[in-house]
Amino acid sequence: MDSDEGNAQRVPLSQRPDWSDVTPVPQDDGPNPVVPIAYKEEFVETMNYFRAVYLADERSPRALWLTAEAIRLNAGNYTVWHFRRLILEALDGDLHDELGFTENIAKSNSKNYQIWHHRRWVAEKLGTDATSKELEFTKKILTLDAKNYHAWSHRQWVLQALGGWDDELHYCWQLLEEDIFNNSAWNQRYFVITTSPLLGGLEAMRESEVSYSVEAIVAHPENESPWRYLRGLYKGDIESWVNDPQVSSVCLKVLSAKNNNFTFALSTLLDLLCHGLQPSQELRDVVDALKASGENDQPDPDLAKTVCWILESVDPMRANYWKWRKSKLIS
Amino acid sequence: MDSSASQTPTVSQRDQWMVEHRIFQIYDFFGGLPRKAQSAMLELQRENHMEYLIKGLKRLEPSFSVLDANRPWLCYWILHSIALLGECVEPELEDNVVDFLSHCQDPNGGYGGGPGQMPHLATTYAAVNALITVGGERSLSSINREKLYMFLRRMKDPSGPFRMHDAGEIDVRACYTAISVASFLNILDNELVQNVGDYIVRCQTYEGGIAGEPGAEAHGGYTFCGFATMILINEANRLDLAGLLDWVAFRQGKECGFQGRTNKLIDSCYSFWQGGVFALLQRFHSTLDEQLALPHSGEGDCTNDSQKTGLNASCPVNLNSIGYNFIKQPAETEPLFHSLALQQYILLCGQDIEGGMRDKPGKGRDYYHTCYSLSGLSGCQYSSAEDEDSPPLPSAVMGPYSNLLEPIHPLFNVVLEKYYEAHEFFAMS
Repeated sequence: MDSDEGNAQRVPLSQRPDWSDVTPVPQDDGPNPVVPIAYKEEFVETMNYFRAVYLADERSPRALWLTAEAIRLNAGNYTVWHFRRLILEALDGDLHDELGFTENIAKSNSKNYQIWHHRRWVAEKLGTDATSKELEFTKKILTLDAKNYHAWSHRQWVLQALGGWDDELHYCWQLLEEDIFNNSAWNQRYFVITTSPLLGGLEAMRESEVSYSVEAIVAHPENESPWRYLRGLYKGDIESWVNDPQVSSVCLKVLSAKNNNFTFALSTLLDLLCHGLQPSQELRDVVDALKASGENDQPDPDLAKTVCWILESVDPMRANYWKWRKSKLIS
Repeated sequence: MDSSASQTPTVSQRDQWMVEHRIFQIYDFFGGLPRKAQSAMLELQRENHMEYLIKGLKRLEPSFSVLDANRPWLCYWILHSIALLGECVEPELEDNVVDFLSHCQDPNGGYGGGPGQMPHLATTYAAVNALITVGGERSLSSINREKLYMFLRRMKDPSGPFRMHDAGEIDVRACYTAISVASFLNILDNELVQNVGDYIVRCQTYEGGIAGEPGAEAHGGYTFCGFATMILINEANRLDLAGLLDWVAFRQGKECGFQGRTNKLIDSCYSFWQGGVFALLQRFHSTLDEQLALPHSGEGDCTNDSQKTGLNASCPVNLNSIGYNFIKQPAETEPLFHSLALQQYILLCGQDIEGGMRDKPGKGRDYYHTCYSLSGLSGCQYSSAEDEDSPPLPSAVMGPYSNLLEPIHPLFNVVLEKYYEAHEFFAMS
């Protein structure tokens, strides 16, 4: 395959003897197309030859080469990728080479559905031979952008289809160590503890995961990710969530700390109260202390209402939401 | 997580602070201006937007070659933006749109990214929405509905969800684009709907939002697609709507715009994807109330049969009239997000004075962000309207009242007037 630097002295396909038997097929845009793109000559020619081999269904080595050229010019052309897979199947092409090819394309643009769909197709064919390569590959992409959505989806697919779970929890830990605000890593952590066959599932993992997220919350109460994660640990088991003293106590701890980052603590407390938490006197006191003085000095017996009221003023961006929540309280 | 580590900002913190800093500079500057200058700064640059949009319909630079498989999208982004502005294109140009999209229509149904390309669900959605936006008999009748239905059936995976194209990827986008098109064209049936809801329910994450695939991270684009799909198939009450609302409510940042995911940077396109979720929720308060009254519903996998059967379990639902009935229902309350703040972000940070909209300050304009910023802006402006016949109050429209855009149908993101025309057309034929 040609390398990129060959561009300057690129020989047009029309002048290459190995393509002399092919009649290029121009794009049929009609007489007055809209959104016409002023393609460069190389683009037009490559696509004209691509259309020719595609329409002739020519599954040959040169057609395979041509798809690489077309993808290099526009990695978003799913038709080209699709045809490339048909050719690879017909030629029984080397799939390890194919991984290298997609990796090269991903270097310049890793946010494209086609690359990742193709990669999944190749890895599926290679089976467990590809496991470690795929985990390494996604790791590499995530080193550049730790929140690349496609890379995470691919990684989850690899784990589920091919395995390789051993180090995944550690990998999540490592990424969160680097950036505790990385919500994608939190999501992956949730995926691992709920899905990994090596761990005992959500309930078995709950205790240690609660400690982990509580620690993260205390370090950064303004970080939404561990708050949502903590709540997620009780998915489908609200009763345990309401009754676990660790949950209300982390709210208490953050609310007592007298810094300004208590929106998530209050919002969690509100949810707990809505689901039947009987608040301790300590919790009542700390919430009352947060009320701006003067407005309403008599403590409201309905703590949830007070919480909504405070949220309305400390979180004005969501004032409508907190008002609405207040209106839905069953008094 | 020790205290020494928390001293150095992480990548997320650093990126966030840089964006905040830049945006607050703009707001500070704006705040210091006299009223008249503020009003001028908030003005939607209609003429410049039109110039930018029309230019794109007529010619695109070579750099657009990377969008060569998205040309129906370019048509939709541009034409929908023009329609939102309340403008039209010349009849000749409209005819050219219809002719060009006919060249993208596959003989066996569906639309590809360009002439001769395989049909693809996303470009099919874009082409159909573009043709509906053009409107008129010639445009609407150019869609081969019988073949399109066959294409949708071919894209349906036996497990329920849809594939983007022949042997293509399965995800929530594919489900939305397939169901949206089918509903719009009056060809939605039980075969297409079957088990789609199961798939989407599996995509709702522990955070409350919806992911592209089961297991992935809650995301604004997929949350809109997933929720809108569930409404169109009459299964929205199978989602945990209170959780969804809580998640989306927290996506509006102090920079006033929406982010797509937790702890990510804001981006003007989420003005529609996330803001649109509120527009949908505004017509779902009764279901929300039901779920709040039963604290255990919607949590976990405890879906039972009565929840599965939809809103009106007793009477059979005409799948194809859901989109119409939805818009005819009154919106029950004020929006649950900060509409004026979002408008401020779109107008002051998302607008390129020369025309077009951008993701955030420092980024270049493009047609995608123009379409979804304007869609989001329209959603804001009408978010407090009592019913569709009364225009928004001036206090609901940030900047001069001439900023008012056309209203959209929030399930399809097509200008409402165009929606009605198409709905009538496809109901008759």
